[in-house]
Amino acid sequence: MRTSEKAPLERRFRIAHREACIGVTLAVINIIWWYGFAYTLGSKPPEDYTYIFGFPAWFFWSCIVGFIVMVFLVYIVVKFVLVDMSLEDDDTEDGGQSK
Amino acid sequence: MNWDVLLPLILFLAVIFFIGVWSNRKMVKSTSFLSDYFLGSRELGGLVLAMTMVATYGSASSFLGGPGAAYSIGLGWVLLAMTQVATGYFVLLVLGKKFAIVARRYKAVTLIDFLKERYNSKPVVLLSALSIIIFLFAAMAAQWIGGAYLIQSITGLTYTSALFVFAIAVLIYVIIGGFRAVAFTDTFQGIVMFIGTLLLLIGVVIAGGGLDAIFNDLMNENPNLVTPYGQDGQLTALYVSSFWILVGVGVIGLPQVAVRAMSYRDSRSMHRALIIGTIVVGFIMLNMHLIGVFARPVLPGIEVADQVIPLIALEVLPGWLAGLVLAAPLAAMMSTVDSLLLLVSSSVVKDVYINYIKPDASNNHIMKVSMGVTGFIGIGVFILAINPPELLIMLNLFAFGGLEAAFIWPVVLGLYWKYGNKYGALASMITGIVSYIAIFQYNSVYGDLLGVHAVVIPVVLSLVAFVVFSLLIKREAYYFPAKTMS
Repeated sequence: MRTSEKAPLERRFRIAHREACIGVTLAVINIIWWYGFAYTLGSKPPEDYTYIFGFPAWFFWSCIVGFIVMVFLVYIVVKFVLVDMSLEDDDTEDGGQSK
Repeated sequence: MNWDVLLPLILFLAVIFFIGVWSNRKMVKSTSFLSDYFLGSRELGGLVLAMTMVATYGSASSFLGGPGAAYSIGLGWVLLAMTQVATGYFVLLVLGKKFAIVARRYKAVTLIDFLKERYNSKPVVLLSALSIIIFLFAAMAAQWIGGAYLIQSITGLTYTSALFVFAIAVLIYVIIGGFRAVAFTDTFQGIVMFIGTLLLLIGVVIAGGGLDAIFNDLMNENPNLVTPYGQDGQLTALYVSSFWILVGVGVIGLPQVAVRAMSYRDSRSMHRALIIGTIVVGFIMLNMHLIGVFARPVLPGIEVADQVIPLIALEVLPGWLAGLVLAAPLAAMMSTVDSLLLLVSSSVVKDVYINYIKPDASNNHIMKVSMGVTGFIGIGVFILAINPPELLIMLNLFAFGGLEAAFIWPVVLGLYWKYGNKYGALASMITGIVSYIAIFQYNSVYGDLLGVHAVVIPVVLSLVAFVVFSLLIKREAYYFPAKTMS
């Protein structure tokens, strides 16, 4: 992300930095979703719980849907955002496409 | 002996041996023993990469009691376990391609190779090797004990004979096959865990009379079991959230996980591994821990946590299927043990012996030493596990947190912050390890400091130490070499 003043970061490192930031963003979304549903819906007295597909609503949304949402987001990121590039140095000086 | 349970297990071990032998034949053709034995020559594809990562840190949860804890604590523990979904994408994305590229330029084969080139400091290397050897040796011994108990409960052998069977099985294929054997057996074991936990979950739900009946029974027994707060309301939101560091994002600092982030073939393998890894780790964690919770109404009154899975499997499944399903926890333990074994021996051979004792060793010599050291460590662990000392069990409990506190910032900031230097790294490792041990001791006597798990504060302190010392002493920007080092 931040390029240094002296040596501009090479192209592949810039991409790698962006992808690392995406990783952190995904984790933040994951945590918010997980925490948000578990400790709002789940903080009611258990007698008042509603059930979805047999599971308490807080658990269903936080753990089951939360997991599916993360798989979906990771899929989107992999398909549309991540860049396919060479990890070696020997072919071109700035890493051509590996496929 | 219960042969319909035993037969699938024996079959499972046979397949594992086959993989070890096959990897060994592949290795004979390879040119660099070191890179092949400890890293599989950076040729892991997507599925294998995902599975070996899942299998390696998947057993972090068996550390935490896993299904047994869920059995006594309830859904709150499943919520806690789901923090591990992050491991499926976080490590590979954050260490990411930069780590893969830099590792290639450094010709790094282990995590310590990376630290050695990045910080160019003998104390950093020795301290890293020392913490890996101590912490992982202990972690490994505890898994062997678990494996032996499991075999014991299925076969009725004595503890020592069961331990012997487990040890022989692990040692043979780690010694002959190295990293590639471990990675491929991890894949096989990951698939077994995936299918096994699903079958067992279905079996338990049917035995419990469906989800409605199960939750009804749980509500009748103790309504707290279906809340996020644990059976006595003891799990605070803050405490459970702190597991995001211990078993979620913090695993990025575990050497056995980080080394896998430099072992893949190309970016496409990494991309595939992200999707597969996230699905598999989430699926296994969800199933495994739900089994624990649902087992409660089906089979009340189990007292030893580790016995929940074997007992419930024998209860709700036909014998041959139970055998197949019980191969799953055995798979988890074996895959943890074999990765750790390899890592400890790589620290001894590669990071200490070749770096500082005999740098000009020939390929053949290294090969003999590697296999010898791996075998020697295995036997050492075996001897310790026969009669496990108290200290060992305690060391194992905090091995993961200790490694995270030691390595997380030297690895992550070494990669992404150009001002990180050896003084910062050293200060960070010492601060992390010392404060972790101190807080761990404090917590076990006085309860959790600030209400969080013992790993949280040391991770923060070691971050501060890293930044402060890097900036204070010889502050200088570091640039990675622009091409592969000769």
